[in-house]
Amino acid sequence: MAILWTDALIYLLLISMLGLVFYMRSRDHMQRPLSKLAKSKIGVASLVILLFFVVIGLLDSIHFKPTNTKQTEIISVLDYWATNLREHSEKTYSAPFSTHLYSKEIIVAPDGLVYWDYPRLEFGGRHIYLPERQWLPDVLKKIVFGLSQGVVIAGLLFVGFLTTRYVFLRKKTGLLFLSSPTKTALIVTGVIIAITYCLVYLSAYYHVFGTDKVGEDVFYQAIKSIRTGLVLGTLTTLIMLPMAIGFGILAGFFGGWIDDIIQYIYTTLNAIPSVLLIAASILMVQVYMASHEQEFTSIIVRADMRLLFLCLILGVTNWTGLCRLLRAETLKLREMEYVQAAHALGVKKSMILIRHILPNVMHIVLISVVLDFSSLVLAEAVLSYINIGVDSTTYSWGNMINGARLEMAREPIVWWSLSAAFLFMFTLVLAANLFADTVQDAFDPRRSAD
Amino acid sequence: MIQYIIRRFLYAIPLLIGVNILTFVLFFVVNSPDDMARMQLGQKRVTEQAISNWKQQHGYNIPLLWNSEAQDQEKVTKTIFYQKSVGLFLFNFGVSDSGRNIGADIQERMWPSLALALPTLVVGLVVDVSFALMMVLFRNSYIERTGLVICVVLLSISSLFYIIGGQFLFAKVLKWVPISGYDDGFSAFKFLILPVLIGVFSGSGSGVRWYRTLFLEEVEKDYVRTARAKGLTETQVLFKHVLPNALIPILTGVVVILPLLFMGSLIMESFFSIPGLGSYTLDAINSQDFAIVRSMVFLGSVLYVFGLLLTDISYTLVDPRVRLS
Repeated sequence: MAILWTDALIYLLLISMLGLVFYMRSRDHMQRPLSKLAKSKIGVASLVILLFFVVIGLLDSIHFKPTNTKQTEIISVLDYWATNLREHSEKTYSAPFSTHLYSKEIIVAPDGLVYWDYPRLEFGGRHIYLPERQWLPDVLKKIVFGLSQGVVIAGLLFVGFLTTRYVFLRKKTGLLFLSSPTKTALIVTGVIIAITYCLVYLSAYYHVFGTDKVGEDVFYQAIKSIRTGLVLGTLTTLIMLPMAIGFGILAGFFGGWIDDIIQYIYTTLNAIPSVLLIAASILMVQVYMASHEQEFTSIIVRADMRLLFLCLILGVTNWTGLCRLLRAETLKLREMEYVQAAHALGVKKSMILIRHILPNVMHIVLISVVLDFSSLVLAEAVLSYINIGVDSTTYSWGNMINGARLEMAREPIVWWSLSAAFLFMFTLVLAANLFADTVQDAFDPRRSAD
Repeated sequence: MIQYIIRRFLYAIPLLIGVNILTFVLFFVVNSPDDMARMQLGQKRVTEQAISNWKQQHGYNIPLLWNSEAQDQEKVTKTIFYQKSVGLFLFNFGVSDSGRNIGADIQERMWPSLALALPTLVVGLVVDVSFALMMVLFRNSYIERTGLVICVVLLSISSLFYIIGGQFLFAKVLKWVPISGYDDGFSAFKFLILPVLIGVFSGSGSGVRWYRTLFLEEVEKDYVRTARAKGLTETQVLFKHVLPNALIPILTGVVVILPLLFMGSLIMESFFSIPGLGSYTLDAINSQDFAIVRSMVFLGSVLYVFGLLLTDISYTLVDPRVRLS
């Protein structure tokens, strides 16, 4: 086992999130928004998709040192499972499902003849003899085969789910008796399982999303990027929450010079254009890492530290918005009767803050955390483009786009890296946005009137 | 009114001092000029001599805050803080690490930035507000629901894809506009039209949604109900009553970013090779030119503080309810 900093933090975050969910379930006033959330089809569907991404990210966050191979770098559980994908690299670009390389090369035929043509791929489509005739039927056959197997597996899981449900809950089985959000959740889970299975099945024979400049499988890159996106979207929030909540509530509750100082701090931070602040900090981190090279021995550790620094910096530039919201809300709550009553009864100020103010601003925290997530995932791509994002050795959609952008001028164009990054990023961000909308509808008291 | 403005103006001074100290700490204390020199000259096998030459050349070979070797006044003035940071207050940006005058560069490059950013803002505002109005007009119908779905889809796509896709489709395949570049005067139009349109389009998802919530909040209010009760049609209510009142938050939201338009957009300018301040900053970041990044940080914060000031003033002008206390 080898634990990276972000791994540890991500599992810490997972534990605290689970704790939060259990806490909310036990509270009466949280029942209504939670049940509203569970009743929304879009909310449930997007949650399932998000959970799917989270599971992949978590698998990618358990690192260990491989024992049987000669390589010294640590790998994750996901890497271990995707050993095939990881090691099946070609020489350079190849299109999705292609059997030949993107560029022509000098080939020496077995009979000694030398000619100039597209060479066969080392791994993609190796199993077929005559690509000219067999390729299309084979691809179609494999797709249908993979999909149908995936559907069967999803169906088996579905039946399994219904039986366990029947055994444990003594509820009537059958589709008709499921509530409609449950049906949505099951259907979405089934579709995800079928597609995932199909992709995994196909990737054993072909490069489903092609290969990139150095011949690495794009599908593998896209999957590995999930962790980076999730880490940025969640750890940044984890880092900014204590600052935002603490400062926001204190400023609103105490007012006076405390308020002045806190307002001064966040206006100053806000005044600096955030991109430039990030750029300046990242430049500083680079200088620091360059001058303390001996502390960052392996590439993965260095990239991981940079990812963590990026979260830290994004957290510092992002907390001001939430802080301002919380300050305004606390200002309002301070004048409420129940807070006044607590004052009159002689409750200590610290107790009022914790017992009466904090729980009543939590819905703002929750909403803004979910809303921030998608914008942070999107920000990563832009930052990587400006070269102030994650390390260039880290897999991230931003880095994929950045690499593919330069190849748009080629003829025929290399479109697959870009499309793969687009597809994965769009799915994650769309799901996050839809989920954020549902959460906002459920938890914002101003919106839940209807 | 004058008093109020002066008070707000005075409030800006500690802010800028704060920004200045923060950038100073970030650039000179966290990392010493030695580190910077090593970064610029390449990491390994840099002799002490080369580093001190570099520092000499760029004026970093003096103490940070207090020069105890110098005479009276120079104890303060012959320091990095005084020479590199205090000068920023007088917009004396100094010389970049590559030896160019930053102030002159900024003056020259701010106009292309503005030529790109201002049309994007104006067209974007008009487009977003009109779509938002349309959605509010047809609320609780299929038009609104479709519109909302389109908005969510639009805002889930990274702006990079809009730029890459737009450039590829309109400039490379259809060849309607040049791929990138810039020209002075009116001939800049053909270079600017695509970035402006892409900017408007990529911002429309979040923009329309945001303005829609503003309008919806206004639609629920009592005076709107009164207006309907008087027998006005929904269109009249929307344009005569809701729009003017909703314009207050919209306008003040625009005013705060107006000064920042000079800073330009980092990615847009670099994708379309527009020689504005955005691409200037980006080049500086990539070549690790600390002097330029420092100047841009300060310039950006000055513009932001100026924007805050403008917002306060415009609030008092637009909304008579805001009392000048």
